[in-house]
Amino acid sequence: MLTTSPAGQAHPGPTDISLNDLGLGMPARVVSIAAADASTPVELGRRLAELGFLPGEAVRVVARGLMARAPIAVRIGTGTFALRLFEAACIRVCPEQPQPA
Amino acid sequence: MDPLPSGPSPLVALVGNPNCGKTALFNILTGSRQKVANYAGVTVERKEGSLLTPSRKRVRILDLPGAYSLDPLTPDEQVTADVLLGRRAGETQPDFIVCVTDATNLRQNLRLVLSLKRLGLPMVVALNMTDIARRKGIVIDAQRLSLELGVPVVETVGVKTKGVQALIKVLDGTAMPVPARPPTPATWSPLSAADIEHDQAEVRRVLGLVGGDRIDGVTFSDRVDSVVLHPVLGPLILAVILFLVFQAVFSWAQWPMNAIRLGVAAFGDWLGAALPASLLKGLLVDGILAGVGSVLVFLPQIIILFFFILVLEDTGYLPRAAFLLDRVMGAVGLSGRAFIPLLSSFACAIPGIMATRTIQNPRDRLATIMIAPLMTCSARLPVYALIIGAFIPHRTLWGGLELQGVVLFGLYILGVVGAMAVAFVIKRGAAGSGFHALMLELPAYHWPNLRNLALGLWQRVEIFMSRVGTIILALMVILWALSSFPAPPPGATGPPIQYSIAGHLGAWLAVVFAPIGFNWQISIALVPGLAAREVAVGALGTVYALSATGNDVSGALTPLIAQSWSLPTALSLLAWYVFAPQCLSTLATVKRETNSWRYPIIMAAYMFGLAYVGSWIVFRVSTALIGVA
Repeated sequence: MLTTSPAGQAHPGPTDISLNDLGLGMPARVVSIAAADASTPVELGRRLAELGFLPGEAVRVVARGLMARAPIAVRIGTGTFALRLFEAACIRVCPEQPQPA
Repeated sequence: MDPLPSGPSPLVALVGNPNCGKTALFNILTGSRQKVANYAGVTVERKEGSLLTPSRKRVRILDLPGAYSLDPLTPDEQVTADVLLGRRAGETQPDFIVCVTDATNLRQNLRLVLSLKRLGLPMVVALNMTDIARRKGIVIDAQRLSLELGVPVVETVGVKTKGVQALIKVLDGTAMPVPARPPTPATWSPLSAADIEHDQAEVRRVLGLVGGDRIDGVTFSDRVDSVVLHPVLGPLILAVILFLVFQAVFSWAQWPMNAIRLGVAAFGDWLGAALPASLLKGLLVDGILAGVGSVLVFLPQIIILFFFILVLEDTGYLPRAAFLLDRVMGAVGLSGRAFIPLLSSFACAIPGIMATRTIQNPRDRLATIMIAPLMTCSARLPVYALIIGAFIPHRTLWGGLELQGVVLFGLYILGVVGAMAVAFVIKRGAAGSGFHALMLELPAYHWPNLRNLALGLWQRVEIFMSRVGTIILALMVILWALSSFPAPPPGATGPPIQYSIAGHLGAWLAVVFAPIGFNWQISIALVPGLAAREVAVGALGTVYALSATGNDVSGALTPLIAQSWSLPTALSLLAWYVFAPQCLSTLATVKRETNSWRYPIIMAAYMFGLAYVGSWIVFRVSTALIGVA
């Protein structure tokens, strides 16, 4: 499995994980957008924010690819986006307990 | 009837996120009164239409490219931001903005509304797809939304004529500014991350008040995606869909193609019999009709292919296909987004290259542009069909496969493999710049809309037909002249074309092409084939029809070349056609798209090199094998 080093600089909380490590279908909330490493360009984080990956928004992994489980399809709010792993690595999320219906 | 108003009409810009139903709304508002062109200097499609309001006011409507924000990342978004800020050369700043939002996705769409408000232009928010929202149980209080946002809000249903009445009323109303408004000094300072977070807090507050703050659990699209995006089932479904599309392109098109071919031939015979033998008759029958007819037969295939591409696009499947192929594309350094341009390139490289503008990374985009012409476009088909028909026997292989079909499929695969290899080399050779993003929206699935489909198809047909009527027609006339003048000297024994300019040109080119097995007839046909690949068949027809005594161009060609070419020559020509850059329109599109001569020249050079080497290998190897056997 492909692992990413969570070298995020901003708000590394005790419970937040990389979006890449979130299980399929598990509800979570975005905690922060942080560059995964120094080579990540500024525009990437900004575009993720423009697409709606903003702190507090509900997020869920809808599907994963076959090879190295990439890319991933992510529901953010009411929209769905396909992301590559290095893009998803910038998104720190906090898993929520599945709410009983 | 009242006289139409004189003077300049107000310009209304439709702005919105991608996938908000903006183009469907534009189609409803303007109907077929649309002009499709490009913005000056870039190949971003510019769609303008006009609307005559109930009070007989003419309103110009500009469908701006979809954008996620006013801080652009793609050429599309750059155009949208520049036009709105009035800083795009050759474009007037819009007098009025219609911000189109998807009522089922306001959480994402309202941020753009907040950005647009900062521009200070008069605007209205169109709350689109309210019918779908209602079916999902989302009811939005439009009045309250208007109050909270501080701009008028109208509900629209972008696929029904009645669904836009409220919007037309606003455009008709007195709220519209007079066109003589002095230009607003447009100011825009890029939003910071904090600004975006602040906007989202505002969106959440507003949504809570108007009743749109709902996030569904597992939606219908999610259930479809659990199958369509499944790691194993997904690629299988994609393969089946692609197979069906190609099956349709090749089998459904047969009947109308034959009808066009027969119709053109019958018309040629009639014209040939009706006209007295003269220079004009030669030009009309041998030059124009035979040549243009050989290109026109592709119309059914282009319509069928674009029909499927448009349906797949409209339903939301195409971005899913890009998702499924992202890893494969990534292996040679391309983005999954390259899938859509490359798929379009199977019909024609020009719309394919134009579609690369959705790829954000300039390097990825350039690599996609460079390999797009290696996809087997439908213009290569007549050449393939002619040669395969003449040289590959009708034989059923094991499993009921037909040998001719297998060879054709092999040529497609050869093109794809060649393209992947070239992409790999390009990405290897060039140091990466920027980031190779996917970030592709997967919109909710919905049924394709017939009106949008018909309009989209019609626009493709128009582009193709105008090409047939202009560049191809002109080339046929030039070719006919080249192959008819000067006339053979009295007492000449060879076919007349041998004495013409084309004959001399062909004789000279034949020296260059002799090592790969081409004779002078092929060499002549390659010259007009440079302008458009499919022309080569017409040109071969012209060359052989003019050098033979008969007048039947299309019918006689297959047995003729079967007799006069060797099998290695035929195979070599097939290989040539897989790789050679034989379409000046494509090179012109690349020039326009990259804004430099550098890339079309590199493209022409590498493709010529690849074609010559490929044909040489095929010719030598097949000659040796046949010699041995």
